[in-house]
Amino acid sequence: MTRVDRQRAESEAGSSDALASPKMRVEDLRAWFGRSEVLRGITMPVAERRSTAIIGPSGCGKSTFIRCLNRMHEVVRGARTSGRVLLDGEDIYEDGVNPVRLRQLVGMVFQKPNPFPMMSIRENVLAGLRLQGIRPKNRDDLVERALRQAALWDEVKDVLDRSGSSLSGGQQQRLCIARALALEPEVLLMDEPCSALDPIATAKIEDLIHELRKQYTVVIVTHNMQQASRVADYTAFLYLGELVEFGRTDRIFTSPSDPRTEAYITGRFG
Amino acid sequence: MPVTRPHKDLRSPRPLQERLISNVLLACAIVSVLTTAGIILVLLVETVGFFRVVSFGQFFGDTEWTPLFARKRFGIWALISGTVLTSAIAVAVALPLGLLGAIYMSEYASQRLRRVLKPAVEVLAGIPSIIYGYFALTFVTPVLQRVIPDLAGFNALGAGIVMGVMILPIIASLSEDAIYAVPDSLREGAFALGGGKCAVIRRVILPTAFSGIAASVIIGISRAVGETMIVAIAAGQQPRFSFDPRVAIQTMTAYIVQVSLGDTPAGTLEYRTIFAVGMTLFVFTMALNIASFYLRNRVMRGGVL
Repeated sequence: MTRVDRQRAESEAGSSDALASPKMRVEDLRAWFGRSEVLRGITMPVAERRSTAIIGPSGCGKSTFIRCLNRMHEVVRGARTSGRVLLDGEDIYEDGVNPVRLRQLVGMVFQKPNPFPMMSIRENVLAGLRLQGIRPKNRDDLVERALRQAALWDEVKDVLDRSGSSLSGGQQQRLCIARALALEPEVLLMDEPCSALDPIATAKIEDLIHELRKQYTVVIVTHNMQQASRVADYTAFLYLGELVEFGRTDRIFTSPSDPRTEAYITGRFG
Repeated sequence: MPVTRPHKDLRSPRPLQERLISNVLLACAIVSVLTTAGIILVLLVETVGFFRVVSFGQFFGDTEWTPLFARKRFGIWALISGTVLTSAIAVAVALPLGLLGAIYMSEYASQRLRRVLKPAVEVLAGIPSIIYGYFALTFVTPVLQRVIPDLAGFNALGAGIVMGVMILPIIASLSEDAIYAVPDSLREGAFALGGGKCAVIRRVILPTAFSGIAASVIIGISRAVGETMIVAIAAGQQPRFSFDPRVAIQTMTAYIVQVSLGDTPAGTLEYRTIFAVGMTLFVFTMALNIASFYLRNRVMRGGVL
């Protein structure tokens, strides 16, 4: 980002409450796989109870970026990071932070729906709690609430004991969202959640994101710019591991300040 | 470049060599099927011959096995109990060790260590079972006798433990395959839900790999049931309906060895007993193999495990 951009971003921040005290703040985040540096110093805020889209061409580091926000990046062998990621002002990379506890606050939905095949729909929703050794008393309520939030309840309420993999791809993805929501996270990360889905299922997930951002802080990676413009309040454009531009989605899509952003959103590369 | 070949080239017959090879391969396949069929046929004919003289009631309704003595009794349970006892001890040894080893190799060991460990475990499977047999008799049993003073020289315990070591690589290696085959997307999904490593393995990975693990255990049991040398050498030759691991017993396989090596004339009733016992053994291992085949098929179909 140039200095002008930064000033501009900050002035935007000043004008909108959402960025004044962001839920998360990424500061000079760098990430490596082995020797190759895939994120080259990213600094940006994540607004609370808003949705932030990360866009950029394949290989720009957007998936890596989102995986750094709940320390899933380090699950891969040979992967490491530097810099700070603040959640409510606390650095999640500080010594003593338990990534397992962090991931309960910062949930994640993946590119390909990955319901647990040997669990029923009900068990899938409760999987996060079971993984933490919690056996909640009001299980039925919990399952219903999470499935309603994920807009899946009406479709599955009579087949809760069926296997999660018996559902369609779009339903599976909403089941994965319900599974994440059952833990009542504060931030929900979505890594291209619609890329394996057909247009109708995609529309359902997008509607859902509209609802979710009222209650949760949502960060969504997408390679689909229309999707970013539809679901995101803020958009960050990543290119070759660098943050080229960050700002309100309407501004990014109508008057991008960086020529690379403009080239990308008008389809000249990517 | 224009095509200049005349069209009739398209109609040339399949070369002789191709047809020959296909027929030779077919013949090989038929030979192995016919051999199996032949063995089963012989087994059947001799078993039928046996049951013309000895009734099912005498065979399945008795717990004494004394066909080589003057007062003949044919209670197969005396041999089945020996086989079940030694196999159970073997599984009790091999299942926990093999499964935990498999979990370590797949989930904890570095790629480099895994590449060394797995073949190393599989080398155990290459040791001839006669060596295991002597190992059980001359090393394991004396060591055990220091702990259990009234352990007989020939006993089910030592043989069973060593047999467990023998089937350990089967269970470890096949279970590892099953665990390693669990898609990473499920691991990631579980980690992202805030699962610790142990919880993820216990609640997601092992249940997903269950069919494959069960198949590996069944193959292990099948090997233990059919294992001959170890029990013939170290477990004794005393058929008795007992589940006491400290005393000498006799397994179905060991009985067949005893009669086959002896001077029992062909065609006699004593001779036919080994076919009846062999048939029983065959039914056991066949059932186990079908079960593992079924389980592995479920794994390969990849659906709900």
